[in-house]
Amino acid sequence: MDWSHSLRLIAPEETLSIAGLVLLLIAAWGGDKASRLISILAVAALVGATFLVAPALCGGHMGPDYAAFFGQVHADAFSAFGKILIYLSAAATLVVAPTFFERLGAMRAEFPVLVIFAAVGSGMMVSAGDLLALYIGLEMNSLAAYVLAAFVRTDGRSAEAGLKYFVLGALASGILLFGMSLTYGFTGTTSFSGINAALAGGLSNGALFGIVFMLAGLAFKISAVPFHMWTPDVYEGAPTPVTKFFATSGKVAAIGLTMRVMFDAFGEQADAWRQIVVFIALASIVVGALGAIGQKNIKRLMAYSSINNVGFILVGLSAANEQGASAMLFYLVIYVAMTVAGFVTVLMLKDENGNQVEEIDKFAGLSRTRPGLALALGLVMFSLAGIPPLFGFWGKFLVFKAAVDAGMMPLAAIGFAASVIGAFYYLKVVKVVYFDEPADVVKGDSDIWHKALLVVTCLFISPLGYLLSGWLQHLTDTASTALFYAL
Amino acid sequence: MIHIIAFYLFAVMTVASGAITILSRNPVHSVLWLILAFFNAAGLMVLTGAEFIAALLVIVYVGAVAVLFLFVVMMLDIDFAELRAGFVRYFPFGALVAIVLLAEIVLGIGAYRAGNLELGTPDGTAATAAGLHNIEAIGGLLFSRYLFLFEAAGVILLVSMIGAIVLTHRERGGTRGQKIAKQNQRRPQDATFNVKPEVGKGVSL
Repeated sequence: MDWSHSLRLIAPEETLSIAGLVLLLIAAWGGDKASRLISILAVAALVGATFLVAPALCGGHMGPDYAAFFGQVHADAFSAFGKILIYLSAAATLVVAPTFFERLGAMRAEFPVLVIFAAVGSGMMVSAGDLLALYIGLEMNSLAAYVLAAFVRTDGRSAEAGLKYFVLGALASGILLFGMSLTYGFTGTTSFSGINAALAGGLSNGALFGIVFMLAGLAFKISAVPFHMWTPDVYEGAPTPVTKFFATSGKVAAIGLTMRVMFDAFGEQADAWRQIVVFIALASIVVGALGAIGQKNIKRLMAYSSINNVGFILVGLSAANEQGASAMLFYLVIYVAMTVAGFVTVLMLKDENGNQVEEIDKFAGLSRTRPGLALALGLVMFSLAGIPPLFGFWGKFLVFKAAVDAGMMPLAAIGFAASVIGAFYYLKVVKVVYFDEPADVVKGDSDIWHKALLVVTCLFISPLGYLLSGWLQHLTDTASTALFYAL
Repeated sequence: MIHIIAFYLFAVMTVASGAITILSRNPVHSVLWLILAFFNAAGLMVLTGAEFIAALLVIVYVGAVAVLFLFVVMMLDIDFAELRAGFVRYFPFGALVAIVLLAEIVLGIGAYRAGNLELGTPDGTAATAAGLHNIEAIGGLLFSRYLFLFEAAGVILLVSMIGAIVLTHRERGGTRGQKIAKQNQRRPQDATFNVKPEVGKGVSL
């Protein structure tokens, strides 16, 4: 193995790690006063790393030439796709975070550093080619995430969210590790390709248990039913920019990792895990939709919405082919854009003192007092519901098409029916915003960066997004081909 | 034969003491059972010929457990007088545990001398470490094949350190830190002075 070649392939990780270390030094000497500067530098580093990984996606890199360190890390088009989404959504988090934390007096210079290391861990997750790389990436991401969830120390809800996330996350890591040790014990190797080859002959009971436990651990990380209990509490309690980070970059990393494990390591035994994934997908869609109906807090609503969306993404996984993988990636892009737009809108909903307004009742009549914000909220809700002219519809269409083409008609039918339930609560928000008497609570203003981010993401999820669909389709196809070629 | 006996002894003791760890009501007892579980797990490692990992298990985990023990003692209000009260009554039981541990050590060493336990067939991708000690083999793998993961694990430690500091460190106002240069520059005449107070009047300092 050629060391310099391997080191070149992990250039984005190296860049970000070094940037994180340098920024940590600046934080140590500059103190909290320097946190704005550090945030800006961190955004620059993340964007720079995005440019470093972009050639791998555009050039369609795949195969053994792009596997570093004995196949432990795959720097192919699939991981590039995931990393671009992760880095950009981490950068979007850093753009909105300083304003939020400074108001609470909780901005610390370490915040951008932790976000950078979480992004490095997430990047390792989507490029893992080995059980060890999987676990180390996952823990790097999770450890930073636990701290970020509890970042506002003086707020009881934030501390509770951090503690809950930590305890349940440790439990999930334990389950995942148990599954990994079973898999290792019954296949004798930790590399995904080795596991795939060892399972090609047949599946022993022990290895099946390994798959089930690993899937359970991963389902926790993507917050799929029945391992979703933590999501509403953590999403509600964590500071809003951090929630946005979990719902975008964390979600992309966990789903990318799940795809890697399921296709690269257990691809030969797709029939063994398909029924589990079908169950998880349907349960997530239904529970996500039903659970959201009674919610009064917009962040809890977004949490249930993310559970619901994960269900739709897993419909693509259950197809277990390239078309399904490509549809999942397409859905992920749209989901990230919708989530960023949604949470930036939530961040911009402030009362006259600048406090965040999170209760849905208080948005009443927003269309008359703040028409721009109301339009953005309406766009996000319609798009999440998958109403046709908006881009959110196209993602749902692709995953269901993949499921139908794979001969899973009943799954698609139940999914369609459940998405109607989901539409109910999205439309309820629209009704409150557009048709209720104005509550006139939302009055605060936001800076130009929030507005710019909101305009860009809203344009993406608006019907104008379809102009990009040809190009995006090409990229997702390349990425999913790379995922299957890594076998 | 000695292998099989030793394996089942260690395995049963590990599982049993693990179970008692979570079942016992007294946290101090839990910690003691946990230590026993770690010792037995180390015994299992010795049986497979991984004596370095066995040593690590004892040093790191039992050491960590000792620290944990301290925390338990500090955080929970445990009445040690009451605990010690039953010493004579429980002495036979304690002696029994000690004898079991001693027997395990003897048996473990005997089994280790008799050669390694045969494990499942390796897949052959890892290079065989013939003629190398455990430590050399692990070091060789860590710093070559698994270099990237080793470094990444270092970053994880850094992240957890930053996290711990971010969540617990706070600036305390009103404390007086040392200013060494200023303290060294201080001369006697800066700090002491003579006053002649009049009789019947106080001094203002």
